[in-house]
Amino acid sequence: MKSLFTSGHRGCAGCCDAMVAKFTLMAAGEDCIIISPTGCLEVMSTPYPETSWEVPWVHSLFENAGAVASGVEAALKAMGNKGDTKVIALAGDGATLDIGMRSISGAFERGHDITYVCIDNEAYMNTGVQRSGATPFDASTTTSPAGKVSYGNPRPKKNMPAIMAAHGSPYIATTSLGYPRDMIKKIKKATEIEGPTYIHAHAPCTTGWGFDTSKTVEVAKLAVQTGLWPLYEMENGEVTKVRKIGKQKKPVEDYLKMQKRFKHLFKMEGGEEQLKLIQALADKNIEDFGLE
Amino acid sequence: MTVIRTLDKDKMDVAEGSYAVAHAVKVCRPNVISAYPITPQTHIVEDLSQFMADGKIPNCEYITVESEFSALSALVGSAAAGARCYSATTSQGLELMHEVLFNVSGMRLPIVMTIANRAVSAPINIWNDQQDSISQRDTGWIQMYAEDLQEISDMTAQAYKVAEDKDVMMPAMTCMDGFILSHVYEPVVLLEQDLVDEYLPAYEPEYSLDPKNPLTFGAFADPTVYTEFRYLQQQAMDNALPKIEEAANEFYEIFGRYYGGLIDEYETEDADIILMAMGSLVGTIRDVVDKLRAKGVKVGLLKVRTFRPFPAEAIKNVIKDAKVVVALDKNISLGLNEGSLFTETKASLYNTKVDVPIVGRMIGHGGRDIPEKTIEDIVEEAKGIISSGINTESKYADLKEELL
Ligand SMILES: Cc1ncc(C[n+]2csc(CCOP(=O)(O)OP(=O)(O)O)c2C)c(N)n1
Ligand code: SF4
Ligand SMILES: [Mg+2]
Repeated sequence: MKSLFTSGHRGCAGCCDAMVAKFTLMAAGEDCIIISPTGCLEVMSTPYPETSWEVPWVHSLFENAGAVASGVEAALKAMGNKGDTKVIALAGDGATLDIGMRSISGAFERGHDITYVCIDNEAYMNTGVQRSGATPFDASTTTSPAGKVSYGNPRPKKNMPAIMAAHGSPYIATTSLGYPRDMIKKIKKATEIEGPTYIHAHAPCTTGWGFDTSKTVEVAKLAVQTGLWPLYEMENGEVTKVRKIGKQKKPVEDYLKMQKRFKHLFKMEGGEEQLKLIQALADKNIEDFGLE
Repeated sequence: MTVIRTLDKDKMDVAEGSYAVAHAVKVCRPNVISAYPITPQTHIVEDLSQFMADGKIPNCEYITVESEFSALSALVGSAAAGARCYSATTSQGLELMHEVLFNVSGMRLPIVMTIANRAVSAPINIWNDQQDSISQRDTGWIQMYAEDLQEISDMTAQAYKVAEDKDVMMPAMTCMDGFILSHVYEPVVLLEQDLVDEYLPAYEPEYSLDPKNPLTFGAFADPTVYTEFRYLQQQAMDNALPKIEEAANEFYEIFGRYYGGLIDEYETEDADIILMAMGSLVGTIRDVVDKLRAKGVKVGLLKVRTFRPFPAEAIKNVIKDAKVVVALDKNISLGLNEGSLFTETKASLYNTKVDVPIVGRMIGHGGRDIPEKTIEDIVEEAKGIISSGINTESKYADLKEELL
C-alpha cells in the first residue's frame, strides 16, 4: 500500500505525530482533505517548498482547525463537490483541548460532516514540552516541572471524549499508537459515519516523555494495559465497546518508570503516595469502563 | 473627476444600508458566507440569513459560527477549497479576527468582508469611528471606504473583482460607517443580477484543495524564503492600485455609476484649502464646500476611497498645488497623537518636491456628531495656517475641554 504520508519529514525518529498521520491516511485513502493546526505535525511535515502530504492539506493557525474544517466541508457542499470526500482535522492535544476548544465545539454543535482526530502526546511538543489540558497528573513538563515543592502537573487529564459526546456526536472513539489496527479501524469507521465524529489517539512522544525512540509502541501499550488510557467507542453518547485488559493488567509503575517525565516520583520523598494516587486513577478507569 | 451617477429613478428602491449590502452580496453569488452578529453589522447578516431561508442564494452555505475568529477561519478553509467567500463584522469582532486577517492575506485568499465601522472598547461604545479597520491596516487586506449607501453596495462587486484578479489575489475590506450608513434608509439602486453577472465572472481559482490534485496550503516558511512571500504580497498590493481604478471604470461602463477609484475630488482644481477624508464624512464636507464656495472660499475636497493600498501618487497629484491640506481622521494612533490618513499622507510627501503644509484633525470618534460648523471652523483655522503657518500639527477638532 502506497503511503500517503511520505518519509523525509523533519520529525524525531519514532515520532508519534507522524505515525498517527500515516495511520489516518491508511484509513482515509486518497479521497480526503486534511486540516492541521500549528504544532509538531505541521512544522515537521511542510517545510516549504517540501511536503510530506500526498493528499490535499491545509494549515491555517493553532486554534482554528475545527472552523477551517467546517469551512472546507461547507465549500465542498455548496459547490457540489462533497461526494465521498472525507474532511479530516488532524490536530495536537493543545490545539484541541485548550486553545482550539471554541472552534471544535462550534464545528461539532453545527453538525458538519467532518472527522476530528486528536493526536494526544500530552503536552505542547512543538514549543518544547509545556503542559496542556491533556497532560496527565504528576507529569513533569517545562511549565509543570517537578521541584522541591512540586510533583509535576497538579491536575488529571481533561476528559475530552466526554466533552465531545456531550455535543451529540454520533461516533467517538479512543485509540492508541500501541494498537495500529485498532486506530485504522476506528478512524475509517469515523470517516464513514455522517456528521462530526471524534477520535482521540493516545500518542507517546519519545522526545517529550523521555523514552528510547524504539519504545513508542511499548509505552503506548502499557498506558492501555495499566488502565490509564482506556480504549472505547461511543455511539450517540453511549459507550458501545471497550477493549478489555484482562490478564494483561499491569501496575501503573510499569508504565511510569519507562518515562523521564515521571522519574521524580520514584526518587522524591512522598513519591510513593503519588504513585498510589495514579494507581487509583487507573483503577477508576477500569471500573468505570468495565475493563477487567 | 467627480461622482457620476446616472440614477434612473424607476430603478431605485428605498432601502436600509445593510440591506443594500446584503443584496449586493447575494447577487455576487457567494458560495460560503460565515459571520457572527455584532452591532452595527447585524442587519447585514440577518438579511443574508433571510435570503438563505428563502432559498434566494443558490449554491451557497451559510455557516453560523460561534465567534468572529471562527467566522474568518472557516472562510480560510472555504476559500482554499475554491469557494467565493463573504463575511461582515466590526469593532470587537474585527479585533478578534486580527490573527486570521494576516493568515487570509498571507495565503492569498480573496475573501471580501464588509466592515460596519465602529469604535473599539474600552470604554465600550457601539457608535461610529474607523479605529477598528484602521488598526488592521498592516494585515494585508485591501481597504476601501464608502461615502453612501449606493457606493458601499456597488463597492461590494468591485471588491470581488479586484481581490480575485490573478495579479492581486488579496482579501478586501469594504468599509461603511456604522449606523450612519448601515442603519440609514436612502433611495438606492439594488444591484441587478444580470449586470453583476456581466461585470463579475465566476471565481475560478488557480489552486484549490482537491483530492484529484493534492496540494499543500499554509506551509511552514523558514528564513530562507519568508521574505519573498511578504515581498510578493506587497507586489500584489502594488498591482491592486491600477486594478482598483479599472474596476471602477468598468463598473461605470456597465452600471453608469462612478465614485472615483483610489480617490475622488471635488472642487480641488483651484483650491487653496483641501480637506481630506474617508467614509460618510465626505458627504458632510461636500455640503460645507458648496456653502463656502458660495461665499468665495477656495476650498476643495479630496475623498480617499482606498486606504490600502495607499494611493500616495494619486493624493500627491491632487494636493500638490494647494496652500494647505487638512486630513480628517476618525482614528488615532495613541502615543503619536495623529490619525492615520494624516500620518501617511505627510509621510508620503517627504522626499518629494511637494511642500504643502499639512495638518491633521481627529474628529467624530465614538460616534460624536460632526456638524457642518465643526468643518467650517476647521476651514477657518486652515486660512490662518496659510497666512501665519502651522500652529498645531495634529489635534482633536471636537474635544470637550470641560469634561477633562
Ligand atoms: C495563538 C498561538 N499561541 C501559541 C502558539 C505557539 N505554539 C505553536 S504549536 C504549540 C503547541 C502545540 O501543541 P499540540 O497542539 O499539543 O501539538 P504537538 O506539537 O504537541 O503535536 C504552541 C504553544 C501559536 N502558534 N499560536
Ligand atoms: S517532539 Fe514528539 S511530536 Fe514532536 S516531532 Fe518529536 S516525536 Fe514528534
Ligand atoms: Mg501535543
